[in-house]
Amino acid sequence: MKRARIAFEGRVHQAREDNGRVRLADGRHVAESEVVWLPPVTPGTILALGLNYADHAAEIASSAPNEPMVFLKGANTLVGHRAFTPRPADATNMHYECELTVVIGRPARRVARADAYDYIAGYTVANDYAVRNYLEGFYRPNFRIKSRDNGTPMGPWLADTAEIPDPMDLRLTTRVNGETTQEGTTRDMIFDVPFLIEYFSSFMTLRPGDVILTGTPKGTVNVMPGDEVVTEIEGIGALHNTIVARTP
Amino acid sequence: MTSTTLRPGGPLLSGAVYGCLLNVRDELDRLGDAIDEPPYNGAPTGPVLYVKTPNTHIAAGAPVPIPADVDRVRVGASLGVVIRDTLTRADTGQAAAAIAGYTLVNDVTVPHESLFRHPLKQKCRDGFCPIGPWLVDAADLPDPATLSVRAFVNGECRHEAGLDRLVRPVATLLADISDFTSLYPGDLILAGVSPDVPLAGPGDTVAVEIDGLGRLVNPLVRESGHREHTS
Repeated sequence: MKRARIAFEGRVHQAREDNGRVRLADGRHVAESEVVWLPPVTPGTILALGLNYADHAAEIASSAPNEPMVFLKGANTLVGHRAFTPRPADATNMHYECELTVVIGRPARRVARADAYDYIAGYTVANDYAVRNYLEGFYRPNFRIKSRDNGTPMGPWLADTAEIPDPMDLRLTTRVNGETTQEGTTRDMIFDVPFLIEYFSSFMTLRPGDVILTGTPKGTVNVMPGDEVVTEIEGIGALHNTIVARTP
Repeated sequence: MTSTTLRPGGPLLSGAVYGCLLNVRDELDRLGDAIDEPPYNGAPTGPVLYVKTPNTHIAAGAPVPIPADVDRVRVGASLGVVIRDTLTRADTGQAAAAIAGYTLVNDVTVPHESLFRHPLKQKCRDGFCPIGPWLVDAADLPDPATLSVRAFVNGECRHEAGLDRLVRPVATLLADISDFTSLYPGDLILAGVSPDVPLAGPGDTVAVEIDGLGRLVNPLVRESGHREHTS
């Protein structure tokens, strides 16, 4: 099943996908454009991987890491499907990153790789925008580049594990104004999903609703106000976002 | 004096807990010329945040589990600032008016040298962020810059630092963060941790104290054996 959190007729609903349509709990079907899409989860902890695809690591002139390169984000940065992300006026390179996002389903502490899938509620899509010219050397990448308000669209759907039998074999695609600019496969991750759950849970308790953004493959390009960016992962969904100019 | 007993996860403390690197002048002094050398390559242009994730939050009095791979931890004594009104691209006046109150925070941290990457393994272990014991109304505390933070190990004061040593005073810090990261009601921001706070280990009892905010006391205990998981 694929679930969504939406706002409609003055309240928040849990909706589900029904043959490409949005179905409310009371059985009504509503058009995708009629509802406000919220991030499908409200995580306590947002973990994100940098440099987790060798081709992207090479693209941004770094060598592949020996241990996961992890950073954290705040709830301020999440925004739903069909929302808007501001581009600062002094950004010279602001790029999208299409990322498979793992949603934790059960408290996880010291979980072995072989058992990792038992702790997953499902998967969604995140677009982990970065303002790359803001990159600095302390706690890199810091919040100013990676946890900006509205800087991490997420959704539209949370696909449960039955929908995604093998998350390590999914196609990722990003289209800017309809033109494909990024293509990759989760097969090329350096640290795969079971490894990451074993790794994080070896030193901290992961909780239901926590999310792990697993990194992006090569093909990240600068986007400008007015651009429509669609990050899509096979079997999970296509996440639409539009870049706007940040007001001065 | 208006104060409320704080319970992490309760309605008063519903949000994120953020710390700020390099907001104490002594941190900059300690770095010296290294701040301009690789991998740092210069002072940051804005506040550098880190996250004390929800698995770290514990109440006053609760034991802090010290994992088997950790010998000693820093007693990260800090003022905690709790937000009442959402701050987005705020000025310092708006930021000052949006403070609900203050509490004490112990940013328990495994000592580490490099400030290049996020210190997840050093700062985000379970129970590594005692908070409390009270939230004191902003109106009932003087300007935080007039206060000092004390760190105790086994009842002995081992460090004291004035909050006039902050690079960004509290309202400026909140305003500057809100330029890129909104702060929401219930969020808690640490004003800064001195690099000279003491170390402690399993068996020690540590405390953080600020006049008017009480004392946040927590024992450090060796984490018990390997559980499979906590479900």
